[in-house]
Amino acid sequence: MTEASQKSGAMSRRQFLSDTAKTACGVSLFGFGLGMYSQQARSLPPLAVRPPGALAEDEFASACIRCGLCVRDCPYDTLKLGRFGDDVLTGTPYFTARDVPCEMCDDIPCLKACPTGALDPELEIIDDARMGLAALIDQETCLNFQGLRCEVCYRICPLIEEAITLDLQHNQRSGDHAFFIPVVHSDACTGCGKCEHACVLPEAAIKVMPRKLAKGKSAEHYRLGWEEKQKAGGSLVNPDVQHEYNLPAGVEYEHGGRGLIEEKVEAVPFSGNPLDTLKQHKADLQ
Amino acid sequence: MKKLKMPGTDRIARVGWLKANEWLLLRRASQLFILGLFLIGPVADIWIVKGNLASSLTLDTLALTDPYVLLQSLFAGHMMQATAIIGALIVLIFYLLVGGRVYCSWVCPINIITDTANWLRKKLDIKGQGLRFSLKTGYWLLAMTLILAFITKTIAWELVNPVSMVYRGILYGMGSAWLMVLAIFMFDLFVSRRGWCSHLCPVGIFYGLLGSKSILRITAMNREQCNDCMDCFSVCPEPQVIKPALKILTEDKNPLIQSGRCTNCARCIDVCDQNVFSFTTRFNKQDGMHLHQQKEIMP
Ligand code: SF4
Ligand code: SF4
Ligand code: SF4
Ligand code: SF4
Ligand code: SF4
Repeated sequence: MTEASQKSGAMSRRQFLSDTAKTACGVSLFGFGLGMYSQQARSLPPLAVRPPGALAEDEFASACIRCGLCVRDCPYDTLKLGRFGDDVLTGTPYFTARDVPCEMCDDIPCLKACPTGALDPELEIIDDARMGLAALIDQETCLNFQGLRCEVCYRICPLIEEAITLDLQHNQRSGDHAFFIPVVHSDACTGCGKCEHACVLPEAAIKVMPRKLAKGKSAEHYRLGWEEKQKAGGSLVNPDVQHEYNLPAGVEYEHGGRGLIEEKVEAVPFSGNPLDTLKQHKADLQ
Repeated sequence: MKKLKMPGTDRIARVGWLKANEWLLLRRASQLFILGLFLIGPVADIWIVKGNLASSLTLDTLALTDPYVLLQSLFAGHMMQATAIIGALIVLIFYLLVGGRVYCSWVCPINIITDTANWLRKKLDIKGQGLRFSLKTGYWLLAMTLILAFITKTIAWELVNPVSMVYRGILYGMGSAWLMVLAIFMFDLFVSRRGWCSHLCPVGIFYGLLGSKSILRITAMNREQCNDCMDCFSVCPEPQVIKPALKILTEDKNPLIQSGRCTNCARCIDVCDQNVFSFTTRFNKQDGMHLHQQKEIMP
């Protein structure tokens, strides 16, 4: 249909081949660029959290078709879609905990709305969601780390006492107070971001991040002696030796228990009658 | 050089502007109506349709999914759950019947942009094709999007696909997506005539493949009336599809426009002053005039 077809066969053939080559080159070049871009764009920025049940980031990129149905069914308007030019994969759903956290709906409507399985329907109980992991990153500004009693993050946590606990520690600065240190437990934290949202500081000291970022991993061969001992029901290396304490008579030491114990001298109850006191004193002297 | 006469002038003069643009107006109405159905949710909190063109839920019952996105996801290694697959099948069957590129001319928002660019191009009297792409480029791009999905294990094309981006942008927040729209408009206006929709867009090519055997077709039934004014060629986004039917170049000599690349936009029906074209089914290979059309032409 081009003029080429009217010219000699050889000519049109050459024309065809060069056209095809040009097109193929152009398209592959574009494909290469797009491929690079897709690889670069695929890592989730640290403060973007995926909705509950989201497949692992790699699978998610192949499964989510960016329809936004999850966004529409979230009653708290938590979720939004990455816009072209944002750091999040274009069109994929995420939320920013500091703006609007996930309220951990019992019926998980966002997940129910997803037509593709990018939000995994196997997740049935919201407490099992692992959207991210909270980490108390900044100990220098967290009020509880200064010995104050803020612990708003702890109180707001939907899984209080499971996902966050307060660890008592001696406050060396004041000498006779305690620090109530908020500690997040990765086996219970869903990453809902309520704590980060609620942190009273102008910039949250506790932040929800992708689990991969927030979580360390101990080496395969590490064993904690005290745990192993408990599992085995006794020392694994040498038989336990009873420690001998060199203590004055009437005093003993109970390791891992009550500590120093002084033998109680039978105390005589204090009597209301002053004569009894005098009699007692006399008996003591004899 | 003589200034280009806008196609359709003759028919407008004879039957009036409204009648001579009736299909175009219907299409715009359809494109805006569908967008409106989606938009009325976030704007007025009336939820008739949720989601976007990639996947939607109508009245909480009808779930539809774009088969092209589903295919990309499949290539990227994800097997979707039943909701999406059934939704994609419904869409697939619909377009197999009415012609795949009905998506282009009756649904896709980019079509409004590229049609406008092309109209302005004629108004500004920009001649020639500009940057030339082979008509096969779109097929290459379609293949590339699928291969890329397979290699990168992501639905890579959807990162930049302007079709879904515009819809998502309007419904969920534009970001820099308007830059993409502007780029396509400028590209079609100044760089390449009908460059995007008729040569490059893999979405259009995908739906075109779906439509190659569709029931609903345009026929050049009254082709012996043709006076070679070339208006139809001038308005058709895929002019190469008209020629075989109009100039009797097909083997079986029937007047149906057979290429799946025809968008069933019916712009040819609008502009042709000789009433050569009409909608029909692929089974109607009849040549010659309908009675009611004859009446319209006779003074
Ligand atoms: S669990 Fe509820 S609040 Fe959280 S993202 Fe889903 S719908 Fe929104
Ligand atoms: S509903 Fe599922 S497929 Fe749609 S945007 Fe949300 S996660 Fe992606
Ligand atoms: S993110 Fe914070 S509030 Fe939510 S479960 Fe984890 S610790 Fe609790
Ligand atoms: S809310 Fe913020 S400042 Fe208060 S205890 Fe938690 S992390 Fe510290
Ligand atoms: S070719 Fe692509 S951009 Fe153009 S109308 Fe069709 S789907 Fe839309």
